[in-house]
Amino acid sequence: MDVKARVRSYLRQAVMEEVGDGDDLFELGLVNSLFALQLVQFVENEFSIKAEREDLDIVNFSSIDALTAFVLRKTQPPPGPGHAAD
Amino acid sequence: MRLTDVQAGWRDRARRFAAERIAPLADQIDRQQATPASVLAAMREEGYLGAALPARWGGGELDPVSYGLVTEEIGKACSSVRSLMTVHNMAAQALTALGDRHQRQRWLPELCTGRKIIAFALSEPGAGSATRAIGTRAVEVGDGYLVSGTKKWITFGQIADLFLVFAHCEREPVALVVDRHSDGLTVTPVTDIFGTRGSMPAEVRLDDVRVPRSHQVGPTGAGLGFVANLALDHGRFSVAWGSTGIIQGCLDACVSYTGRRTQGDRTLKDHQLVRRHLTDMLVAHTAAQAVCYRSACLRETGDPRAVMETALAKYHAAEAAIRVANDAVHLHGANGCTTDYPVARYLRDATVMGIVEGTHEIHQVTLADYAFQRPYLR
Repeated sequence: MDVKARVRSYLRQAVMEEVGDGDDLFELGLVNSLFALQLVQFVENEFSIKAEREDLDIVNFSSIDALTAFVLRKTQPPPGPGHAAD
Repeated sequence: MRLTDVQAGWRDRARRFAAERIAPLADQIDRQQATPASVLAAMREEGYLGAALPARWGGGELDPVSYGLVTEEIGKACSSVRSLMTVHNMAAQALTALGDRHQRQRWLPELCTGRKIIAFALSEPGAGSATRAIGTRAVEVGDGYLVSGTKKWITFGQIADLFLVFAHCEREPVALVVDRHSDGLTVTPVTDIFGTRGSMPAEVRLDDVRVPRSHQVGPTGAGLGFVANLALDHGRFSVAWGSTGIIQGCLDACVSYTGRRTQGDRTLKDHQLVRRHLTDMLVAHTAAQAVCYRSACLRETGDPRAVMETALAKYHAAEAAIRVANDAVHLHGANGCTTDYPVARYLRDATVMGIVEGTHEIHQVTLADYAFQRPYLR
């Protein structure tokens, strides 16, 4: 299953409503404030990525399209060496 | 739940420590509304102040089960001391997860070892559950902010070295680490609270306090949704385990009291209705511990359900603690209403558990959302 399909599947189960790919979950009031944290754990767990400080913009977690773009961006290979952990 | 040797070791060590170093002082802490410096020093020496924080910076980096068990033991002895563990670890956890490299290097070594205490400054006189209503303002000035507002009910605010302060910059929430000694920051003790009376709460007033941009934790806009929520998630986990400690404390007190107190020709424990209360307390503790273990195991694996399961554990354990503590006072009769027995303190402390890190009512609303989430059924 591709990234968008996995994101879509999770969100539709979690929200229990038909959600359009571009629908803003938070603006539509489909989820509560704790759901943002839940989404962070979902993408970290599901796609083996780490959401860094600068990634924590609610825009990245607001819709199926946004989450998909975020995951694809994080799973792209880094531009070069020198990414030492702090 | 089968504990590993490491987890059982942390529990046993905390149990001994709490029984020897904290429990004998719990009534004094409650009465004097202060946690003695000697207790803080002992907590620091045992590594409990940085128990959940990364070993890399000097913390204990306990797994969630071990951290929970330690919290339960400390919470059984004294909820006020447990609340220090809670607020310090939750604020420092947020800094660990969302602070940048320079912030971690600067603050975590002293926070992990407990040489400095950090408090969580979110609540305000007019903003408790409605966190978006916080009125504290951060105005961008040069390379930083001027922060003004009033924070209230800040646990261990009386002695904290640092505050994780939440404010609005224009309409965007920001989280800022503010030094206690900043010009314009005033700390006023809040006294005569109902429970956790030794948690040294304070009102923290900020009048144009200058805070460098380098003290901002997480990006602008992430202050509530990510920074505060992440800290509160850790706080709820701690309060849930602390509540199981209160339940265990009540059960122990009642077993002891009803086993030796006689009325007429029988000890209390031989009365059927008394036995029913003891059974309910035993079941309550087992059930509360079970949801706490479940939450801990999900946290260990980074499972997305961990956030809501932690909220569930906190709601269940705190609610059970209030009910059990109320019954414990009742079983002690008039003695339960005095300071000769710990149960009145347990009841007052348990009541606070139903308010902090999200009231019962907030949990009743948000957990209903979770009931509709299909992943819950997996």
